[in-house]
Amino acid sequence: MSVSVMVPTLLRPLTEGQKKVEAQGETVRQLIDQLDQRYPGIKGRLVHDDQVHRFVNIYVNDDDIRFADGLATVIAAGDRLTVLPAVAGG
Amino acid sequence: MPLCITREALEQIRRHAAAEHPLEACGLVAAASGSALAHRVVAMRNQAASPTWFSFDSREQLRVWSELDERDEECRVIYHSHTASEAWPSRDDIAHASDPELHYLIVSTWPAARHALRSFRIVAGRVFEEHLAIQE
Repeated sequence: MSVSVMVPTLLRPLTEGQKKVEAQGETVRQLIDQLDQRYPGIKGRLVHDDQVHRFVNIYVNDDDIRFADGLATVIAAGDRLTVLPAVAGG
Repeated sequence: MPLCITREALEQIRRHAAAEHPLEACGLVAAASGSALAHRVVAMRNQAASPTWFSFDSREQLRVWSELDERDEECRVIYHSHTASEAWPSRDDIAHASDPELHYLIVSTWPAARHALRSFRIVAGRVFEEHLAIQE
């Protein structure tokens, strides 16, 4: 499925400055792998130890994938993927 | 370069931190895109609801970030409170400060704090305190 991916400011240097890119995949994991082929290095900022990287939130439409199936979350045509920096601290 | 912020925004942050004590408060301050002045405070729910930890509720964050986009604004400052320590970035704050472009403002609601409110840039794990340029 080809979907649009919204990229946070922090990661735009990896997507040639683009805020919105297109990518393909049946699951979030596949989509990120495909995205990394086009924009090398982005996978390392989104995934760690085969899980969503702790410094980002990834959403399919309005749903945080951590509360769905994580990287196995299925993507449908017309879905919108959004990446935001996770905000936390002590 | 200092953090340019309105006095009203600082007062809102202080009030938010006091209201949440003894739990940590958190939120952001938005600026118009390309503008240096941070002025619109958005208090966020601390999903951790803890006296020693904060995290933005991820669903709320998506909504707020979409709103920033619609309003042509940027997140300029992330703020949070320390309830039993000084207003200085903790190891966890430094570890999670992933954006070198952001200002990190910390309010201490600890009665023994020497300085109640300080602001920082955190770049590659290094902390740089910054001045505040306060617009009345």
